[in-house]
Amino acid sequence: MSQIHVSTKINGDATEYLCEPEETLLDVLRDRLGMTGSKEGCGTGDCGACSVTLDGRLVCACLVLGAEAQDREVGTVEGIAEGDSLHPLQKKFLEHAALQCGVCTPGFLVAAKSLLERNSDPSEEEVRYWLAGNLCRCTGYDKIVRAVLDTAKEMRSA
Amino acid sequence: MRYEAPRKLKRAVALLSAESGVARVLAGGTDLLVQLRSERIEPDLILDIKRIESMHAIAAERGGYRIGAAVSCAALGEHAGVKQLWPGVVEAATLIGSTQVQGRATMAGNLCNASPAADAAPALIAAGATVAIAGPGGRREVPAEAICLAPGRNALEKGEIVESLYLPARPERSGDAYLRLIPRSEMDIAVVSAGVSLSLDAAGRCSAARVALGAVAPRPLRVEAAAAALIGSDLDEAVLAVLAAACAAACDPIDDKRGTVEYRTEVAGVLAKRAAVIAQTRAGGAA
Amino acid sequence: MPLDHPQDLTIKDFKIVGQRPLRPDGIDKVTGRARFGADMNAPGMLVGRVLRSPHAHARIKSIDSAKAEALPGVKAVVTGADFGAVKDGLDDGMLDVLVNCMAQDKALYDGHAVAAVAAISQTVARQALKLIEVDYEVLPHVLDVDAAMQPDAPVLHEEAADESVPAGFSKNVVRRYEFGHGDVAKGFAEADRIVERRFKTEAAHQGYIEPHACLAAMGPDGQAELWVCTQGHYMVRNTCAALLGMDASQLRVTASEIGGGFGGKTTVFIEPLALALSRKAGRPVKMTMSREEVFRATGPTSSSSIDVKIGMTREGRITAASGELRYQGGAFPGSPVEFGAMSAFAAYDVENVKTVGWDVVANRPKQAAYRAPGAPMAAYAVESVIDELCKQFDLDPLSVRLKNAAVEGTTSSFGVTYGKIGLSATLEAARAHPHYSAALGPNQGRGLACGFWFNFGGETCVSLNVNADGTVGLSVGTPDIGGSRASMCQMAAEELGIAYDKVRTVVADTASLGYNDVTDGSRVTFASGLATIQAARDAIRKLCGRAARMWGIDEDAVIWEEGYAKPAGGNAGSFEPLSLAEIAAVSARTGGPIAGHTEVNADGAGQSFATHLVDSEVDPETGKVKILRYTVFQDAGKAIHPSYVEGQFQGGAVQGIGWALNEEYIYGEDGRLQNPGFLDYRVPVASDLPMIDTVIVEVPNPGHPYGVRGVGETSIVPPLAAIANSVSAAAAVRMTHLPMSPPRIRKAIEEAAGR
Repeated sequence: MSQIHVSTKINGDATEYLCEPEETLLDVLRDRLGMTGSKEGCGTGDCGACSVTLDGRLVCACLVLGAEAQDREVGTVEGIAEGDSLHPLQKKFLEHAALQCGVCTPGFLVAAKSLLERNSDPSEEEVRYWLAGNLCRCTGYDKIVRAVLDTAKEMRSA
Repeated sequence: MRYEAPRKLKRAVALLSAESGVARVLAGGTDLLVQLRSERIEPDLILDIKRIESMHAIAAERGGYRIGAAVSCAALGEHAGVKQLWPGVVEAATLIGSTQVQGRATMAGNLCNASPAADAAPALIAAGATVAIAGPGGRREVPAEAICLAPGRNALEKGEIVESLYLPARPERSGDAYLRLIPRSEMDIAVVSAGVSLSLDAAGRCSAARVALGAVAPRPLRVEAAAAALIGSDLDEAVLAVLAAACAAACDPIDDKRGTVEYRTEVAGVLAKRAAVIAQTRAGGAA
Repeated sequence: MPLDHPQDLTIKDFKIVGQRPLRPDGIDKVTGRARFGADMNAPGMLVGRVLRSPHAHARIKSIDSAKAEALPGVKAVVTGADFGAVKDGLDDGMLDVLVNCMAQDKALYDGHAVAAVAAISQTVARQALKLIEVDYEVLPHVLDVDAAMQPDAPVLHEEAADESVPAGFSKNVVRRYEFGHGDVAKGFAEADRIVERRFKTEAAHQGYIEPHACLAAMGPDGQAELWVCTQGHYMVRNTCAALLGMDASQLRVTASEIGGGFGGKTTVFIEPLALALSRKAGRPVKMTMSREEVFRATGPTSSSSIDVKIGMTREGRITAASGELRYQGGAFPGSPVEFGAMSAFAAYDVENVKTVGWDVVANRPKQAAYRAPGAPMAAYAVESVIDELCKQFDLDPLSVRLKNAAVEGTTSSFGVTYGKIGLSATLEAARAHPHYSAALGPNQGRGLACGFWFNFGGETCVSLNVNADGTVGLSVGTPDIGGSRASMCQMAAEELGIAYDKVRTVVADTASLGYNDVTDGSRVTFASGLATIQAARDAIRKLCGRAARMWGIDEDAVIWEEGYAKPAGGNAGSFEPLSLAEIAAVSARTGGPIAGHTEVNADGAGQSFATHLVDSEVDPETGKVKILRYTVFQDAGKAIHPSYVEGQFQGGAVQGIGWALNEEYIYGEDGRLQNPGFLDYRVPVASDLPMIDTVIVEVPNPGHPYGVRGVGETSIVPPLAAIANSVSAAAAVRMTHLPMSPPRIRKAIEEAAGR
């Protein structure tokens, strides 16, 4: 079995790796690149814990082959903060206690950021439907939805 | 296993035709990667069609739209023209899985995956959509209802690949709708689903209709008797009852983890009625 | 347990407790830096994978792993035989854990582990599993609890039942429990009306988003390290040491960040296998479960079948209550039916009450604790019958519950006489809330239910180190599953009179701190909190001693007030108060490091009660339910960090919504699990839900210095019942089988119409 050479951009950084044809982008991020912020909760696209962006589009990294990232741009949770300055969503998640165990949090942040980039003033219902592919078993979603709505509000007034 | 991502359709067909082992086409990959991981399939070739430029196009054609096989459901949902002409089809596209899944999944892939419960199928069948297939012998165009032959088995021949879907033009005063029953509000496979497309005459009477059901038989069904019930009517209660009965009569479902025979049969009619009323409203008729 | 300082529940001027500071592990969790079970690697690491039985019940005639072992890249294979040497020394409970981790002579459920491999890559490991040849003799299986109790049911174990089970029962019935007092026959005779019904609930999984994962490394000297996501790393150490025949001291276990547990991570599954593979291969082995494996082979909760009978006067007084509870706990004894039978009527003051619980085995994965294990199903049955009686008498369901509510001094159905408890306070709070009187539309219904949980204290060990710069390091031994490090920092800072961010709390590994029970029984804020407060007080005594030495006065002459050592009075002398930082700065010259410790088996956890209120709407044509509004009223004793208390209320309620509406284990005729994934095991998603409103009631627990009661589990006790009552009202038919999926509701509506 021969490995595939891939050149891509992750969080703005040019990155190269080798991967097996059947390896997913999630496998590559976690096992080859040491970027363990994206989590595997199901491996079947049903939980959203591995949410990343691919050329700006929100996807599950477990449903993308590593080989497909050639010449694309990948965005992960590790790229949300700028240096030591947190993204407003990250701050609001902390302020609102929108995480308990925190394993779903990276996926929620990537997904919520993608929402706010498209819609700066989402309704509660829009937030809930956009995030329906991100499972959280601890919070009942209440504080997550509040954190996202509050971030949107703050970013609009900024 | 090999991974190939050709840039030309011709090359894709050639690779598929030449493969002696098992080949699978990767469009959105949202079904394929799940099957790979569970080791349900172990293909020798994965053919990624997303590097083929033309596969990403949504183009106006003869008053309708041609949608490339690699167009994601999310991209389709963002296309104002398609949304306006075929809101029911777009509704189906944006019900397939989560936001994340829609960022990858394609209508063509959903159809070719050949699940009787595929959301794409009833909406496309009701719309009278056709599917353009490229193959070693050239190009052919078939109706959407011809794609799924049985659960997991599609009508593509060796070396063939879906190139695009075509949503036709439609007269004024037309509307379509797609509804599915899932236990949750999102993230489920349809337990039952119904797509209805219809046109009204100047008097608001239904002049043409197509009705399709999902998850009630080994393949998505086009129910001509249900459509016939609508044609010539103004969709009053009695007509809707006949529509529901025709749908129930067409059902041949199974008991499984998602629903029972009785439930599917009963709810198929309920959804068809509701979808018909929405389509009627969209067509500008009385609700 | 006695506290060294008298409890002062009149404290009104908490400075830090009751605030909502940012959690100390927060930044790591929002940036992706936090390390969970699967996020650790080691040089030379192998990948471990498990071969699982495709049969629900089968005799394992032979296992041939020769071809797998010969595959290049395979470094170790283990099967049941590898644990043969330790088997004889294990007690029954530990032997069950072993047999559940690795089948011995029989596969007892679909997904039961029969062999494991360690290889250089996922690909090789996967190939190796296919090369292992297992010769099965398939046996008849049984899945349903009532079916498993039938005399002719297939038998799982010949000798698992104990003497509590009367003669003549199927061998699958392994324990019988009985609780109660009074004379129920007399009580029923006094009732104006009696309602008796049978209820069924299906098995629900804890559904934590992080699958089980661990990294094991054992050297040829027998010393081992284990990194693992668990609710209790000391439990992991003791269990794995026993199953591998090691000394506990040779195994150091470090708890990773944990991505949810809810009780499901209070036992071991892959950890002993990873250690066994590492021992055999001489290299570190990482194992992670797939989601499918989590569903097939880790603990869901029990499915149940429950009969409840309640007699009531027309004024709403319960005269007698009885219940018969049958829980299947999977392939081994230990379903939580005992807790179910204890808790069923625990919310009420009933003169004549009796419950009987039957623990039953069936060909399903061994159940694991799930948030208030055993109680939600029992409450569902009981609260449904109370609701029905209220409807028949046209009585207000809240007033009836208040009339019968257990209060201080009530002797509970399980024998304990309650101290100060908060059930009535939660009911009063519900009555006063606008939700209770809000208008409902067509096809909508409101449901109310109460719930009880025991709460637990347990073995706890805490170490609090005062650093020379005036900061404090706190080591606890209870994994943080929902923000407990923040609460610990708050309690330590409150007690020491220093700022919240001067305290850093870590979850110490098993070599660094004495034994701690697992994070369960809603015990952490209570027990680790109590131990933290005591450790701080221990440190304060020492700080006072150092101040005495600095001042040259008697230790007794120094007191601690608001973060300062002060002379006790005029006679002690006149000295400027010394802060913790000032004393710590010179500690090297006054006797060395300053630390406080607590080792305790904490008692007095204080029972917790809740009342839930829910509105739902049923689509009568499709049977689909929408939850419109939900409010939780729960007694927290004292909320240390209110945000995380609310979070526990909300999370429990939503897990309850899932269990009530759509979550269930679905098996095929062949005994195989049909829905081992999040696609068809339907946990609630964000768009299914409204905001979950919360009201924190605070009736201080006399057993904790600040009045804390555990809050983690009670919140899942009332939802099944509250939602069932709401849906039953909306659909105008009593729902007696959970989950209330659309097909079940349609069927119930149809059957009711047909009658």
